[in-house]
Amino acid sequence: MSNKSSINVPHLARLARLSLSAEEISAATEDLQQIVDMIDQMQSVDTNGIEPMAHPLDSTQRLRQDIVTEQVNPDNFQKHAPATEDHFYLVPRVVE
Amino acid sequence: MQWEPVIGLELHVQLATSSKIFSGASTAFGAAPNEQACAVDLGLPGVLPVLNENAVKMAVKFGLAIGAQINLHSIFDRKNYFYPDLPKGYQISQFETPIVGAGSITLEQEDGNNLRIGITRAHLEEDAGKSIHDLFPNQTGIDLNRTGTPLLEIVSEPDLRSAKQAADYFRQMHNLVRYLKICDGNLAQGSMRCDANVSVRPSGSTTLGERTEIKNINSFRFVERAIRFEIDRHIDILEGGGTVERETRQYDPDRDETRVMRGKEMSEDYRYFPDPDLLPLQISQTFVDAVAAELPELPEARRHRYEEALGLTAYDARWLSNDPDVAEFFEAVLNICNNAKQSANWIMGALSGYLNKADLGIDQSPVSPEQVGTLIARLDDGTLSSKTAKTLFDHLCSQGGEVDEAIEVLGLKQLNDTGELSGIIDQILADNPDQVAQLKAGKEKVLGFFVGQVMKQTQGKANPKQVNELIREKI
Repeated sequence: MSNKSSINVPHLARLARLSLSAEEISAATEDLQQIVDMIDQMQSVDTNGIEPMAHPLDSTQRLRQDIVTEQVNPDNFQKHAPATEDHFYLVPRVVE
Repeated sequence: MQWEPVIGLELHVQLATSSKIFSGASTAFGAAPNEQACAVDLGLPGVLPVLNENAVKMAVKFGLAIGAQINLHSIFDRKNYFYPDLPKGYQISQFETPIVGAGSITLEQEDGNNLRIGITRAHLEEDAGKSIHDLFPNQTGIDLNRTGTPLLEIVSEPDLRSAKQAADYFRQMHNLVRYLKICDGNLAQGSMRCDANVSVRPSGSTTLGERTEIKNINSFRFVERAIRFEIDRHIDILEGGGTVERETRQYDPDRDETRVMRGKEMSEDYRYFPDPDLLPLQISQTFVDAVAAELPELPEARRHRYEEALGLTAYDARWLSNDPDVAEFFEAVLNICNNAKQSANWIMGALSGYLNKADLGIDQSPVSPEQVGTLIARLDDGTLSSKTAKTLFDHLCSQGGEVDEAIEVLGLKQLNDTGELSGIIDQILADNPDQVAQLKAGKEKVLGFFVGQVMKQTQGKANPKQVNELIREKI
C-alpha cells in the first residue's frame, strides 16, 4: 500500500461535537485507521470508465405533488424537547 | 497602484412553492412558531424526504431562462454541520451534480456596454430554521417553520468588477425570478439572500487575489455598501504590505462595516456525501420541454417588443419592462386604451410620482390599470382635457371610484357644446373691447388672453382648440 491516509481524530470529534478523552482518541484512531486501510485497499481496484453510483438501488426519485398535507400541532413534537417556551425550542445561547 | 475588484455572488432564492421541498408542510410566511415544522422538517427518526415536483420545475425554469445546461440526472447530497436551526445535523443540498449547470445572463449597464455574467451552476437545497437571539435571556429560541423551504442557490462566476455591478446583478436576478414567478422576491422577508465573494488584484493581473466571503446580505443597497467596504479593506491591507486572510465576514448595516464571523482555522468541513434517503433525480426531456413551453416573455424580449412594436423610446421601454409588476400594469392599461405613449406617460409620470411620494409599490397602487386605461381613453375621445384628466387622476388616487361616474360627479366633462361655449365667448368679447381691438389689429398674443379667460370661466372644461376656432370665427 502506498501513502497511508492520516486521521485527525480531534478534528473529526470537534466536527461531530464529541468530547473524547485521551484514551478514547487513541482507541478511535486505531479503529478508524483500520477502516481507512480497508478503503485504501478498495482504492486499488481499477474503476476507470465506471459511472459512480449515488445509490445502491437501481431506481430514481419519485416526485410529490406540491400540496400542503401536514397540519402541525407543535405541542405534540415539543413533548420530546428538553426546553421550550411560547412554542420556540430553546437552546443554550448561540452567539452570532 | 491600480486595483481591480473581482466579485462573485451566491444568491439563495426561496422558491414560491406551497409546500416544503421534502415534506407536505406549508411554506407560508408569518405562521406562529413551529406550526409549520412537521416530522420530516424536524428530522425525527424514521421519516423519509420526498421531493416536491414543483421545486424541480422551478429550478428547470430558471435554468432555461439563463440558457443553462439542464442536467436530466442529478443527485442530492448531505452537507454536514451542526447548528441549532438545522435539526438533522445536515442540510440536503446538491454538490457534484446540480440540476442546473453553466449558463449566463447579460448585465444591462446604463452606459450601454452590457456585460456577460457567467452562472456557474444553480442547485436545489433546503432552507434552515431561524434563531431568535433577543427573546429569551441567555437562551436562543428556535423557530423551524422555515426549515425545508425550497431554495435555489445560484452561483455566479467571479465576473463582476465593482460593488455597483454586483448590486445591479442582484437586482436583475430579482426581476428575473419574479418574471418567472418562481420567487415572490420579498427581500424584507428573506425570500432572496446574497453571499458575496470579494477579492482584489493589481489591474492587468490575471491571477486571483485571496478572497473573503460576506454572508447573508438581504438588500440591494447593503450588498453594494458591504462590497464597497470590503474592497477598500482589502486594498488598505495590501497597500500596507499585509496579506488578506481567507475568512467569512458579516456586514453590519448600522456601522457600515464588515466583521469576521469565522476565521480560516474554523473553516467549514462539510463532508458531503450522497443522501441515502433520496434516490437520484431523473427528469425526462419531455418534462423539460413542458417547462420550456410555460416560459413567460422575459424582460429583454419584452423591452424589444415595447420599442419595436409599440414605438416606445429605449428609455421608456426599459423603464416599463424591468420590473414584472410594472410591465403587467402597463400592459393592462394599454389593453384598455390602446395608446402606448400615453400609457407610458401616465405610469412613468403621475402614477410613479404619486407612488414614490406615498412610498408604495405599483402592486399597492390605489388606482387600478382599468382606471388609468379608462382615463386615457376619455382623454383620447375628447371627454377630458389634460387639465381635467389630472384632476380626475388625483381624485381617483384619494377617493377611488369608477372613471365615468367620477367625470359626471366632478363635472369634468369637456364643454363640446358649441352653443354654450359661443355664449360664454360672446360675453367675454363684449367685456373686453380694448383687447378685441388689439386682436383685430393683428396682435396675436391677445388670443391667448381670451382663451385663458374662457378656460377660467369654464373651470378648465372647454376644449382649447375649439375655443380658438370659435374666437377666430367671431372676430
